[in-house]
Amino acid sequence: MNLELEALLRPPESRMPPYPPKVITLATGKKMVVRQVTREDVPTILKAVRPTLDIPRDYYDVVGARTYAELLGWYRYRVRDHYCLIGQVNGILVGQVNGRMYTPEIGMSYHTLAIERGLRIGAHLFAAKMEYHLKYLGQSDVWITAESPIGFRRWMIEYNLTPKEGVQHELGGASFYVLTRELWEASKPRLCVGDRPVPPELLSLAESEIKIANEDTITEQILGAKRRQIR
Amino acid sequence: MRQVAILGAGMIPFGRRDEDSLVDMLSYASLAAIDDAGVGDRPIDAVYVGNMAAGLFNHQSSVASALVDRINLLPAAADSVENGPASGGSALKNGILAVASGYYDLVLVAAGEKMRDVIGPVATDVVATMTHPLAEYIYGATLPSMAAMFARLYMEKYGVTPKHLAQVAIKNQENGLLNPYAHIHMKITLEGILTSPHSVVNNPIVADPLRLYDCCPVSDGAAACLLCPADMVANVAADADKPRVVVAGFGQATDTHTLQERQDPTDLKAVTLAAQQAFERAKLTPQDIDVAELHDAFTILEIAESEHAGFFDKGEGAKALEEGQTRIGGKLPINPSGGLKARGHPVGATGVAQVVELVWQLRGDAGERQVKGAEKGFSINFGGFGNNVVAFVLRRES
Repeated sequence: MNLELEALLRPPESRMPPYPPKVITLATGKKMVVRQVTREDVPTILKAVRPTLDIPRDYYDVVGARTYAELLGWYRYRVRDHYCLIGQVNGILVGQVNGRMYTPEIGMSYHTLAIERGLRIGAHLFAAKMEYHLKYLGQSDVWITAESPIGFRRWMIEYNLTPKEGVQHELGGASFYVLTRELWEASKPRLCVGDRPVPPELLSLAESEIKIANEDTITEQILGAKRRQIR
Repeated sequence: MRQVAILGAGMIPFGRRDEDSLVDMLSYASLAAIDDAGVGDRPIDAVYVGNMAAGLFNHQSSVASALVDRINLLPAAADSVENGPASGGSALKNGILAVASGYYDLVLVAAGEKMRDVIGPVATDVVATMTHPLAEYIYGATLPSMAAMFARLYMEKYGVTPKHLAQVAIKNQENGLLNPYAHIHMKITLEGILTSPHSVVNNPIVADPLRLYDCCPVSDGAAACLLCPADMVANVAADADKPRVVVAGFGQATDTHTLQERQDPTDLKAVTLAAQQAFERAKLTPQDIDVAELHDAFTILEIAESEHAGFFDKGEGAKALEEGQTRIGGKLPINPSGGLKARGHPVGATGVAQVVELVWQLRGDAGERQVKGAEKGFSINFGGFGNNVVAFVLRRES
């Protein structure tokens, strides 16, 4: 590696306050730990993202491919001020959200990828992402776009987001929307939950290892069909 | 009138079936019922297809004509039957009458709906077209909103609580875990959907007081039954020793189109009348029933229907639920299939799917969710918001 050139290729990093972990009780009664991961965790997380690249249903392929690229870009020091939050149930990765600090005032929301479906894991993690930008990074706005109808309903409609014109979201030229602090405060009580601190036994289980379900399980969960040997 | 036997029963797993068209699904379920009946290539005289809104969901009409051609039943008589969410029940009723009258011998009744071709809000809107266009629909009435108003009144009048509603959801999703045909396979807990402060996100309000888990999912699916005169079973069925299930009785009744015109909106008169007719025809009472499939499109409806059908006194349905009487293993298991709540509710398919489940239960073929010793079953298929209801009583012949 040419270290001089590599130093030029790597973006400078800003100091970003950490996201304090929280725990959420899901509809099943299981506890999901939501926590921030480090760059070193990326190779493990990518193992859960890779199977989604072959799943066109609900645009998982597009979202998965772009998430893969963003996380890899962060791991290889090509994305500035990036972060990733994950959800774990019994240590198993059930979803991830990522984004970056675009400016000290503006957050750039990237992707939300739920590996386990039907439990509003995506909704919980997206809310955690917004909480990170607005509460812990202290930003005023988060720029958000959607690449699937589900995303559009979850973010634009549920948060009653404001359309933004005249500038472009980093994910491309699609329409994008803004979560302002005012909208966040109005939405937070019904959309953002979680308890802190996380009980030590739950947190240590989550932090000890990010467990990844096998590829067939991930695919089955995302397709939402066990296809139970019956036509 | 001849007694009618349900010779064959078939169903496909409910859920989101992107890969299948409506006619594909009806075909799979029909072929399963025909195979189950063991009638071989014997010609089928007539086909009745229950479907609510293929024209709106799938831009397709005349599905009965399409089905008979697809599965090579030509030149069988074929009719599509539309009666809102009771389309399946009405199709089955017509099939039963056709056999009972002596006009046809072998009749296929299939019912299906493919709702996931459209997004959720559109599906809700399509279903809402069954409401009164000028008195309800134009004001934004949807089935969840009407069920919510009904639930609120029922809670005030009979002391039903959000916990009771959640208990219906929990019970039926537990049952659904045992049903390989169910749309939803997920165990939920009271903490996760009601008592935890996090339930505000897990189980958001859809139409107060109903929450997400109080509502059935939007599903694709199909089910079918093959009917014949009971005295012909030995002649047409390959396995004449298979337990024989007969239609002991059915009933159908209607009520005002608009909810507001009912003297007491919590009184589901059409359920009561349809059930009474079915029991009278069967010469049975609610106390004789071993297993019931009720139309729990919304959790409150399971409780209310269990009372209006005569299983419990008014205001006692929630208590029976709380005591576990309606669980598998209880005094009267209700919705061992998971009901609409977990098996799913492809609107036009439901009435036949309920009866298919009862046939399996009465034959002893229901696997892990089998109600032990079940000999008599009952179903309610609830159309509109209770303005057109079809009830069936089935009996296993010894």
